[in-house]
Amino acid sequence: MGIKWDEFFITGDPLILGSQIAILLTMVGAVAGITYLKKWKYLWTEWLTTVDHKKIGIMYIISAVLMFFRGGMDGLLMKAQTSRPEMEFLNSQHYNEIFTTHGVIMILFMAMPFLIGLMNVVIPLQIGARDVAFPQLNALSFWLFFSGAMLFNISFVIGGSPDAGWTSYFPLAGKEFSPGIGNNFYAVALQIAGIGTLMTGINFIVTILKMRTKGMTLMKMPMFTWTTFVTSILIVAAFPIFTVALALMTFDRLYGTHFFTVSGGGMDMLWANLFWLWGHPEVYIVALPAFGIFSEVIATFSRKSLFGYKSMVFSILGIALLSMVVWVHHFYTMGSGPAVNSFFSITTMAIAIPTGVKMFNWLFTMRKGRIKITSAMLWALAFVPCFVIGGVTGVMLAMGAADYQYHNTLFLVAHFHYVLIPGVVFAVFAGLYYWWPKMFGFMLNEKIGKWHFWLFVIGFNVTFMPMFFLGLNGAVRRAYTYSAESGFAPLFMLSAIGSIVLAAGFAVFCYNIYWSIRYADRNISSDPWDARTLEWSTASPVQFYNFAKLPEVKSLDPFWHMKKKNEGLTLHDSEIEEIHMPSNSWVPIYMGVIFGIAGFFLVFEWHIAAAVAGIGIFAGLIIRSFDYNEGFHVSKEEIHRIENAWRKTEGEVHDHVS
Amino acid sequence: MKKMLLFLTAILPMLILSGCNMVVFEPQGPVARSITELINWSLIWMLLVVVVVFGLFGYIVWKYREKPENKDYEPPEEHGSTLLEIIWTGIPILIVIALTIPTVKTLYALEEAPKGYEEKEPITIHVTSADWKWIFSYPEEGIETVNYVNIPEDRPVLFKMTSASTMQSFWVPALGGQKYTMPKMETKLYLVADNPGSYEGQNTNFNGRGYADMKFEVLAQTQEDFDQWVEDVKDTAPKLTEKEYVGLLKPTHLGRLTYSNTHLEWVNHADPDSKAYTNPELYRGHGYQGKTFEEDDNYKNEKPNVIEGHGEDKGHDDSEENHGGDHHGH
Repeated sequence: MGIKWDEFFITGDPLILGSQIAILLTMVGAVAGITYLKKWKYLWTEWLTTVDHKKIGIMYIISAVLMFFRGGMDGLLMKAQTSRPEMEFLNSQHYNEIFTTHGVIMILFMAMPFLIGLMNVVIPLQIGARDVAFPQLNALSFWLFFSGAMLFNISFVIGGSPDAGWTSYFPLAGKEFSPGIGNNFYAVALQIAGIGTLMTGINFIVTILKMRTKGMTLMKMPMFTWTTFVTSILIVAAFPIFTVALALMTFDRLYGTHFFTVSGGGMDMLWANLFWLWGHPEVYIVALPAFGIFSEVIATFSRKSLFGYKSMVFSILGIALLSMVVWVHHFYTMGSGPAVNSFFSITTMAIAIPTGVKMFNWLFTMRKGRIKITSAMLWALAFVPCFVIGGVTGVMLAMGAADYQYHNTLFLVAHFHYVLIPGVVFAVFAGLYYWWPKMFGFMLNEKIGKWHFWLFVIGFNVTFMPMFFLGLNGAVRRAYTYSAESGFAPLFMLSAIGSIVLAAGFAVFCYNIYWSIRYADRNISSDPWDARTLEWSTASPVQFYNFAKLPEVKSLDPFWHMKKKNEGLTLHDSEIEEIHMPSNSWVPIYMGVIFGIAGFFLVFEWHIAAAVAGIGIFAGLIIRSFDYNEGFHVSKEEIHRIENAWRKTEGEVHDHVS
Repeated sequence: MKKMLLFLTAILPMLILSGCNMVVFEPQGPVARSITELINWSLIWMLLVVVVVFGLFGYIVWKYREKPENKDYEPPEEHGSTLLEIIWTGIPILIVIALTIPTVKTLYALEEAPKGYEEKEPITIHVTSADWKWIFSYPEEGIETVNYVNIPEDRPVLFKMTSASTMQSFWVPALGGQKYTMPKMETKLYLVADNPGSYEGQNTNFNGRGYADMKFEVLAQTQEDFDQWVEDVKDTAPKLTEKEYVGLLKPTHLGRLTYSNTHLEWVNHADPDSKAYTNPELYRGHGYQGKTFEEDDNYKNEKPNVIEGHGEDKGHDDSEENHGGDHHGH
């Protein structure tokens, strides 16, 4: 192939050398540790081959936390580089790679899997189902996401990271202006992960439409289920566009076609249009589930049902619809003319209307309530003012003519961090503190949780607030340095300090997980928050079949009404029936690995090797099509034993199995 | 916790103070001024939204928080209120309308020479952005500059913009908004400077390693000074040859350059059939490079690739030499 090994591995940068050593040591340590503890079999049977939606959800969340760390380190490196004018910490090339991977990782490998993880854990429980519609497909979705994420991540130690921005605009991202293989990693890794996400969308649409328990009509679904449903529709609407765009990009980069290039009649704005036709709905794909999480958390801790449930549902649908017709607001400056820009200004500003409706509905859910300020609720509360700042600056950006002055400046960067961090990151933290006991049977520490909260929120504001002012003063995004005469220095310094506080908040969060795993009280009830939806009616952690008897729903907030009327909470022996569950499968993880290998060869343009690995992909498909395993039945005795074990500790609410 | 709050209150005034001299709020011409007026208008409404929501939020959270005294309070069942929901749907609609009208008006106005300047003959300047420099051609005057552009004050300037390489964005915040420069396409932008002065312009659209330094100076002069400058350039600046121009287009940083002819004589990159001058090997970062296509990338252009015959690569790299003309230092 004619490559030298010192070209294959990135060399000559002490930061990257350190990472390479750290990666190597971690891998050796993990393998040695698992072998020493003799956990390989456990790992394989309980996790790697699982089709249980809760375990898949947890694996998504673990991956997302790891990616949060990676993306966060990228963020810190950028803030360090811009903390002083003319700083010589990172060179231009390295900085470009870092902001590219920061964007991709945070959106696609942190926000998405974090939310999909929570959806996986919660949705079947909220609708009273025993699993998702296609459990093995769900596992495949996870392994494809994981495979794509890992392939993207190794780029910074092997071969070189993509460096054309997370939007990878052409012609810059084409072979003529980015001849390295960095952008091959972008095209291939995102394609693999994107296929996984698309399948998740299909899976959840079917799950929510077909697997709701008795009595749960669409208008009795919890808000998180609603937002997940609409998000899944958006995924199915938007991701195929990205799939096609990435495929065309791959052809351009690998096989010399000219869809987007300068030469050969390519059209660079075609990429921008396709990218944002996916990319703008993508923003709502991550924001809508977050809105659902806040709805659950705010209702629970205000001890009230959601205010204006119907208008909440309609506003989600409205947002979803509008999100598909605003993509041009990402390039008002393209010169497309005042009529086009006016149309997209109006549709974009219109999104503020349903979003405003949601905001007031949340506020009025809290009104007349009894607001219990737990860690989860703190995140939901902080979301309101922070997101409002993100929202109003969003309206300012939506005004096409005004955008001529904001476009590509740090004002824009500050805006979308003010939307995405409160709108997604605060939400996943709220969701994690809220559903943690459901996942693991113990709570995260509330006191450490509050440290996490305050450090993170204050750090976030100090980091991103100055960037609004920097942007208005002419500081552009993605510039690795600036001159001392520009006068940007104090605000950049402040922003860098903020990022350290922010990172400290994240460190406290990790410490909280560690502390809680070691010391938290295991003896908690299945419903520690006095919550309202069905997932709290079953054990914590949830038994693998979710519900011994599928609950029946008569109203919104069904569990709350069951508790109030004290009905439907008990389980009689006569009601226990055998439960059918799907079997584990090694095919999903195999497919993840073989996709990863094929992708890796494709990235390096070793086409013959990639074709050989491609045969492995087809082999997996064929093996799956001859898989006649129809799952297994859980015996009455086992259900009896499991139910008895957790209901015994329940005290008043749940009677013993009679 | 208290310390952090103190810290936060300490930095807030600093933020506001630093907000006093922001280039977007100090427009130096009618185009920028019309955008600033639009921004100020939106700021008023947005501030109103912020005040209402923050006020309501603070009031509700404070009033209904859980206290030892209200431990037994059980909140009422409440499902919504049609009247309230109509109010908070209706008011945002009105705000959006209040913002839409001036936005659309401004969008249309920005496509024309600004009001009050329709009578004045605009001067046309072609902008060609390349990696990582700005090339300005004055077809009427027959001169060309690199990385700086002199314009007459109080007279509309019509920039016709394109790119010789990647997509870039032409932005002079003190004089007006920005627009993309794209290869084989042309965008137009009107700017007017009220007074003589020097303003900074830059690329805002990321385009690789040299992006951060892709800046230029806009020097607004009185009409007499401008005419004098044009005369000087014509008398003293060298001619640009096609060969030299191909060298200019390579991905490099250059100082200021001035020529007494324009490259429009042989290529206008806005033309969809124009030749693409790409040098993939010069864009390499670190790491394994993969394969680059070897075929000629000419599109409907039979001319041989000029780059191959061009031996003096180094000639223009990092060259700071000036070829005559009046250069305004920073």
